[in-house]
Amino acid sequence: MSDAAEGHDDRSLRWLRRAVKFPYFWLLLFFLAPFLIILKISLADPVVAQPPFTPLLEWGAEGFEGLRITFSNYVFLFKDGYYGIIYLSSLKMAAIGTLLCLLLGYPMAYFIARQPPSRRHLLLLAVILPFWISFLLRVYAWIGLLNNRGVINELLLWTGVIDAPIQMLYNDFAVYLGIVYSYLPFMILPLYANLERHDLDLLDAAADLGARRWRAFVDVTLPLSAPGIIGGCLLVFIPAVGEFTIPALLGGADTLMIGRVLWDEFFVNRDWPVASAVSVVLLLLLIAPIMWFQRLQAREQETGR
Amino acid sequence: MNDPQPPPLVRIDGVTKRFGEVTAVDDVSLDIQKGELFAILGASGCGKTTLLRMLAGFEQPTSGRILIDGADMTDVPPYERPVNLMFQSYALFPHMTVEQNVAYGLKKEGVPAPQIRERVAEMLAMVKLGPLAGRKPEKLSGGEKQRVALARSLVKRPKLLLLDEPLAALDKKLREHTQFELANIQYQLGTTFVVVTHDQDEAMTLASRIAVMHEGKIAQVGTPGEVYEYPANRYVAGFVGNINLIEGRVTGRANGRLTLHCDALDADLEAACEEVPAAGETVTVAVRPEKITISREAPAGADRNVVKGVVRDLGYFGDQSLYRVRARSGAVVQVSAQNLRRSAKLIVEWDDEVFLSWEVGSTILLRT
Amino acid sequence: MRIRSPGLVSIVAFGYALLYVPIVSVVIYSFNDSRLVTLWGGFSLRWYASLLEDEKLLEAALLSLRIAFLSASFATALGAIVALALHRLGRLRGRLLLSGMVTAPLVMPEIITGLSLLFLFISMADLIGWPMNRGATTITIAHVTFSMAYVVVVVRSRLAAMDESLEEAAMDLGGRPLAVFFDVTVPMLLPALVSGWLLSFTLSLDDLVISSFVSGPGATTLPMYIFAKVRLGVTPDINAITTLIIALVALAVGIASFVTNRRRSA
Repeated sequence: MSDAAEGHDDRSLRWLRRAVKFPYFWLLLFFLAPFLIILKISLADPVVAQPPFTPLLEWGAEGFEGLRITFSNYVFLFKDGYYGIIYLSSLKMAAIGTLLCLLLGYPMAYFIARQPPSRRHLLLLAVILPFWISFLLRVYAWIGLLNNRGVINELLLWTGVIDAPIQMLYNDFAVYLGIVYSYLPFMILPLYANLERHDLDLLDAAADLGARRWRAFVDVTLPLSAPGIIGGCLLVFIPAVGEFTIPALLGGADTLMIGRVLWDEFFVNRDWPVASAVSVVLLLLLIAPIMWFQRLQAREQETGR
Repeated sequence: MNDPQPPPLVRIDGVTKRFGEVTAVDDVSLDIQKGELFAILGASGCGKTTLLRMLAGFEQPTSGRILIDGADMTDVPPYERPVNLMFQSYALFPHMTVEQNVAYGLKKEGVPAPQIRERVAEMLAMVKLGPLAGRKPEKLSGGEKQRVALARSLVKRPKLLLLDEPLAALDKKLREHTQFELANIQYQLGTTFVVVTHDQDEAMTLASRIAVMHEGKIAQVGTPGEVYEYPANRYVAGFVGNINLIEGRVTGRANGRLTLHCDALDADLEAACEEVPAAGETVTVAVRPEKITISREAPAGADRNVVKGVVRDLGYFGDQSLYRVRARSGAVVQVSAQNLRRSAKLIVEWDDEVFLSWEVGSTILLRT
Repeated sequence: MRIRSPGLVSIVAFGYALLYVPIVSVVIYSFNDSRLVTLWGGFSLRWYASLLEDEKLLEAALLSLRIAFLSASFATALGAIVALALHRLGRLRGRLLLSGMVTAPLVMPEIITGLSLLFLFISMADLIGWPMNRGATTITIAHVTFSMAYVVVVVRSRLAAMDESLEEAAMDLGGRPLAVFFDVTVPMLLPALVSGWLLSFTLSLDDLVISSFVSGPGATTLPMYIFAKVRLGVTPDINAITTLIIALVALAVGIASFVTNRRRSA
């Protein structure tokens, strides 16, 4: 018998053990390796060549000649206050966008979760449905609405509420609107999943013990929905920090978001080492919230649905 | 041995199963004869399910062997064993109809299609599900699902059918009915059944023999009557049915009878006994509540196996009443009495002073 | 519990309006005859007609569909394997790394994924001479990589809800491991595989940032083409494209709900 005591289960899964090597290798090559490379390039000198950076490992006739590392790109990032301001402004804009998203998403999720089951399904579907339509096109749709000569301004002018069009497009307001609009489903879904599981007897119990509606909400529902709130906020905040499309289409020239700067650094300035350093720092900024999110996910997996 | 028993259908030979540090099954040896309806009874976590899964082939023993019909099955995967399992959850394939579910095993065996149709129809008729052949499992009631699962595991005509808590998912009324149906089918087919259950009533009514498991070991094997009337040890005595455990000091022995004194009840007891414990040794005797007679007058002509006490609790269950009687020392004895007559008034009431008595033959001497 | 607060109801109504007003307005204006975006010049289908003449657009759409189809299929297969492995193989070497690598793309800023993958492709071309040209292939690889993460999430949650004794039952009835996989596991996972595929397809069709990085000259996907146009403001033919996509999505949702309803009542 000895060590064959792994059971037939294991034997029957031998093919899976073999098969998983392919996606494993795939992820190592196409997900992990690229990060090492980006780290490497962020430590190289820019040169005018193709590719526009110096090789990190020098291979001479004698073989390996040495490692050439420079922190000049990072020093540049920190010395030039411009980047610091952009990082801060990205974090700030993502945070405000997330907060607005929560303020709108929480009541919606709460409302949906307290409907009869058949209607819940429909309302939830209505939240998810726009997600299947191109993100880019949905952001684009706002241009037509927010324009100086767009639907909203024309409507307000026509009704006489205003005399001159309000500047709503190409500024931070439009970016916030875009974030709320695009990421609303990501906020609502985890919140709904949490709120829907609540035992409504708890509220009755609170009422029975003398709490009024609002008090019961603050004392019972709100604390219990904390995991949903955290999950939803992280799901909005993390991608919003690095968002490119929304500031690129709806933001103004003075809207500073790192995704856009990175894009320009790469496609316009063609300074690859600086672009790499910019993204390494962005990743470092996001590592804490990403780990937090991963832990949250792992806990969800454990406690099971 | 001049009159050898027929070789057992299942021989479990010194089987041990460890999961890491935990020993789930500890050196279990067991023979099960052909045609038996054998029950493995035990509380959850006693190792009975692990033993069943080893018989089915889903787990392999850490040591020991399992023989079925003389062939060593220890290393044979589940899909090559002449054994089928009826799962506790029934595990009906939700994407197949009742008919397809039952036919699955025959298809995998390579039985020709016309024969499959015939055998499936026959099987469904036996469990009275013919009209539901085209339904999906989600459209069936609990009892119907159970019968599909039974038909599916029997249609391959296994030498051995394993049933994992076969009645646990059914409600009480249906359970009683199904119990008899299951025994009936087993009798008709003559297939050897091994039922795993935590429910003693289920084991008692279904099985021809019961193995009681405790902490990975077999605590006792015997017919339901043996296990109930002659429990081998304190665990079995306490697990199967209600029982009063009484400790006493041996005072003497005569005519194959042992006399002892119990301080807690302040009574002299008498028990039938073949072996001789030394005088002065402390032993445990057990008495089933229904074997005890309760009355307000002292039983005439008996001075042994009589206990005096006061009724502290009284439970009325319709067919019987349960009394908890406290002796002067505070020890409590449970007594149950059949309510044979439809009297408005119970004979014994709360706080009544009563005498409890029982026959010598009802006293069980427990050594361990 | 009934909800009566008018404040709550109006917030919810505002939320739904926010989700649907832009879409509806685009649909309406796609039928506007006027080139000026906001002026209503009468009903017309001229922008739809102009789409048909836009060869570059058709080319980009075709390329996007091709990439989406391929990457969704690959991602579904690979993602299902990873989900199964994470769920079934208790003692998998490098399990933590695998589950980390497969969930990270869910929250990774696209711009970093795009940039880092581009650098990988350049380095690979340098080192082993492949890929010489970036285009459909490199975009597909990139899309498979991030779509896989979504497939894994969907399939894993389905696996967690699945009764494992179903597979044991099939094995008990004589099914060999591979037969059990195709007889029971795959049909059980089918809904998850389908939604995983659809999700991957949509994500791929939608992706602008990563495609822009890993694409090369000559390979322009639909989002890249649209982005180049809308960066300069509203153009009526984009309204028409949006409307067509909305119609397609509506049709797909309609078919999907019809199929699931019928299966449920069958």
